[in-house]
Amino acid sequence: MSLILSIKPLFAVLASALAVPGIISSGKSQNFRESWTFTGAIIKFLIIASMVPAIISGKELYYSIAEVLPGIYFAFKVDSFGIFFALVAGFLWIITSAYSIGYMRTLKEHSQTRYFAFFALSLFATIGAAFAANLLTLYIFYEILSLSTYPLVAHHQDEKSKISSRKYLGYLLFGSVGLALPAMIWIQMKTGTLDFSTNGILTGDFSKAEIIILLLMLVFGFAKAGIMPLHSWLPAAMVAPTPVSALLHAVAVVKVGVFCVVKVITGVFGVKLLAHLDIGIIIAWIASFTIITSSLIALTQDELKRRLAFSTIGQLSYIVLGIALLSPYGIKGGVLHIAMHAFGKITLFFCAGAIFVKTGKKYISQIKGIGRQMPFTMGAFFIGSLSVIGLPPCGGFLSKWSLLLGTIQSGQIAFLIVLLVSSILNAAYFLPIVYNAFFYKEKSDFKDEIDEAPMFCVVPLVITAVISVFLFFYPGVFNTLADMFVNSIYGGI
Amino acid sequence: MIHQLPGLIVIVPLLASLAAAASGWVNRKYPFIIAFLALSFTAYASVSMLIYTAGGNVLTYHMAGWAPPVGISYKIDGLNALVLTAIQIIALINLPVSNSYVKYGFEKKEAPFYGLYLLFITGLTGITATEDAFNLYVLLEVSSLTGYALIGMGNTRSPFAALNYLIIGTIGASLYLLGVGYIYIKTGTLNMTEMSLMLPLLKDSSTIIMAFCLCVAGILTKAALFPMHGWLPGAYSNGPNASMGIIAPLTTKVMIYVLIRLGISIFGVELFIESFSLSNFMVNFCAIAIIAAALKALYHTKLKKILSYIIIMEVGYMAGGFFLGNSDGTTGAIIHIINDAAMTFCLFIAAGAITSKFLEEDIRNIRGIFEKMPFTSLAFAGGALAVIGIPPTCGFFSKWYLIKGGFGAGQYLFAGALIFSSFINAVIFFRIFEKSFFSDKGHHKTPENHQAQNINTNEQISEAPLSIVIPLVSSLGLIIFLGLMTGKIVENYIIHLI
Repeated sequence: MSLILSIKPLFAVLASALAVPGIISSGKSQNFRESWTFTGAIIKFLIIASMVPAIISGKELYYSIAEVLPGIYFAFKVDSFGIFFALVAGFLWIITSAYSIGYMRTLKEHSQTRYFAFFALSLFATIGAAFAANLLTLYIFYEILSLSTYPLVAHHQDEKSKISSRKYLGYLLFGSVGLALPAMIWIQMKTGTLDFSTNGILTGDFSKAEIIILLLMLVFGFAKAGIMPLHSWLPAAMVAPTPVSALLHAVAVVKVGVFCVVKVITGVFGVKLLAHLDIGIIIAWIASFTIITSSLIALTQDELKRRLAFSTIGQLSYIVLGIALLSPYGIKGGVLHIAMHAFGKITLFFCAGAIFVKTGKKYISQIKGIGRQMPFTMGAFFIGSLSVIGLPPCGGFLSKWSLLLGTIQSGQIAFLIVLLVSSILNAAYFLPIVYNAFFYKEKSDFKDEIDEAPMFCVVPLVITAVISVFLFFYPGVFNTLADMFVNSIYGGI
Repeated sequence: MIHQLPGLIVIVPLLASLAAAASGWVNRKYPFIIAFLALSFTAYASVSMLIYTAGGNVLTYHMAGWAPPVGISYKIDGLNALVLTAIQIIALINLPVSNSYVKYGFEKKEAPFYGLYLLFITGLTGITATEDAFNLYVLLEVSSLTGYALIGMGNTRSPFAALNYLIIGTIGASLYLLGVGYIYIKTGTLNMTEMSLMLPLLKDSSTIIMAFCLCVAGILTKAALFPMHGWLPGAYSNGPNASMGIIAPLTTKVMIYVLIRLGISIFGVELFIESFSLSNFMVNFCAIAIIAAALKALYHTKLKKILSYIIIMEVGYMAGGFFLGNSDGTTGAIIHIINDAAMTFCLFIAAGAITSKFLEEDIRNIRGIFEKMPFTSLAFAGGALAVIGIPPTCGFFSKWYLIKGGFGAGQYLFAGALIFSSFINAVIFFRIFEKSFFSDKGHHKTPENHQAQNINTNEQISEAPLSIVIPLVSSLGLIIFLGLMTGKIVENYIIHLI
């Protein structure tokens, strides 16, 4: 694995932050302001994409900004997993920006300048986390992300959003400052480093009990991963405008949490150490509990976005479970699921937002029969559901298949059952929505002719739905990168 | 030239203060110009000494050529170079801020104000630069007396607050003087280096133990460690905006410097921490001080009162970090002197701008700061994040060292108090963000409302003058810059001290 010095990661991270002054200063003209967002998003994605060939050819890009603590650099290192996540987040930002225009303008939301500015800042932090070279850099961007999404959650500035945003920040800061930070200091104190390494950096300095405590502190500390019981910030965050829920609370923010967990398990503890001490199973059971419980809670939710949120909590734990199985297929499945779930879930959120924009309906019980009026939206919803459930012909099938292989490979059949039960539960909370939308016989409030949400809402959700299907047939670059990541840990799948 | 700077950095502002006070008779603009020139020089001098001392170099200067123990010597190592730079930079960038308040609040008092301003800085600079324990006391009184005057110029309650400060401050300084007297009786010298050579031999002497207790108690009173903090909240929340920009960030920090100097240069870490076996008690004491001050800050609703208690809390961080007695704790305490100076400066200037714009102290009654003063609130938010300890602001890195020191020394109560206080600070500041940053718009759906709002918002922007906004934004830059430079500061300066 050759390391090359390149300033590209820095530019990729900064592209969206540099758009922020432009967004703020051109608040008077909406179109001009949004052109900054698009310019930033497209440049960011192009820089990210331009790094892919180098990564696939087996190189890693490195760029260091400053030595913030003796021996610890504030630095970027782009590896296969980082670029994988950056590709997903960077691409979906472009789509979400278009969707934001449709959503925010149609609803005539207030403070749109603030909204777009903090959105750009959130993406700055997301990509920064994806390219972090060590645990400290990752932590820094993790915190920036918590804070830059706070104004987005509190966007409506009413009592409900104030309470929710307090909860949001409370959970995230409790985890990061109260758990992850002490764990990080502990590790740095004993090992003298925080750099990620494929074999982990913890050596014989720690007893098994200490390793378990540290692992739990870090896994729960990065509370964005939504592992129970530190999950209830996510349903609370649903008060935010739907594009925020779609990109940030289904893709960027929550997956930064999972990304951190993956990095911690593979880069700090090391898969071999955890397998040797047989500790992964603790995390696997916690994740399994989260998967089943959140799916059951999702069944009871009538508010569409909350049901999606609980579904997200479950799906995040799929990824954690996959990694915690400590088997090559499990890790591959977990990594792949980051992308597959992203495209599926963002489609579902886009649909929920489109329904709200067009009809003002938020509850599942109110949208029976909506399929006749909004067939594209509900069609996309169907595809998104299939992908999240994990059925072909959608991308979600591939990651779930790999996860299932992972449970067999690690010889822990109990988790195979967890995954299968969860899939049934997923189907149970998604498919009735789709069925009722199209086949509801009674009279409903909805028109019989097609009357969709604005183009800026519908086109993005169709695109993400089509990509969800496309990924089933051509997982291409994602598959390659996931394989490379597994190779870098095990030297072969 | 560089070898003269330790003397000049004190003498120039001292003479300039007299010149500034006198020049007011000629033209009311001269005092500001003189102060600006003098502080530009001291800033330059401190930065050159900072560059010189990198890597462990030391500068010594004998006043009037008299060598110690007869004469007074000034000695600059990495520790005072860092603190001196912090003092001079803050004094310089605060000058335009003070000027904009002086112009409207204290017409015709420019000359005494700038005279006091320079004399105050002279005192702090001297405390930091001197190697003579008695000279330190003299300059301590110079800075304190000018400080009382600068605070007393504020609103109607400030003379009383200044009197309160004067009484407690004098007690604190007297305790220190008494302690130095005892040391002098035993060692026959006032020079710190000479003391430090003799004191380890006298560690069983009850006089020295008494001297130690008196010095530490005196300095901690002046530093306002909880519960010796009574003078601070009143003085800092009622003092005039013109002088709070230097008093609030610098006074307590310089006192912590003296504490660290007592520890590493007079008594020696070994004597200070181990022989007197104070470490455990003092660290727990500081942990309680941190929690108590944080809760007090949470309880208050007046902006400057909140910030005052946050300063008291930070004193607990630094004192506790030093009493941990390991290198991480001391490193954290030293870095935090500089970092805390930067963030307190930022917060106090922003709070001054906000309260004087809204004519309201109580955060419950302030609405729409962000819409009215976007840059000020940006800087305030930056300072707040530094106090909470969010990376990449500097507050995170000093907290990192302090927590690490706490773990290293097995002082989990102290480490826990640091983390707990971060949560309290988060609650305090996010309460302000939530309540006061935006006006109560609620969520409007109708287009008419929406347009009305936009017009409203645009009309509302009315920032503080540029002479306040530019220093504020530069302090925000400083907060992030210091954070990213932590590694360099530690490697170039602090490692050589410990």
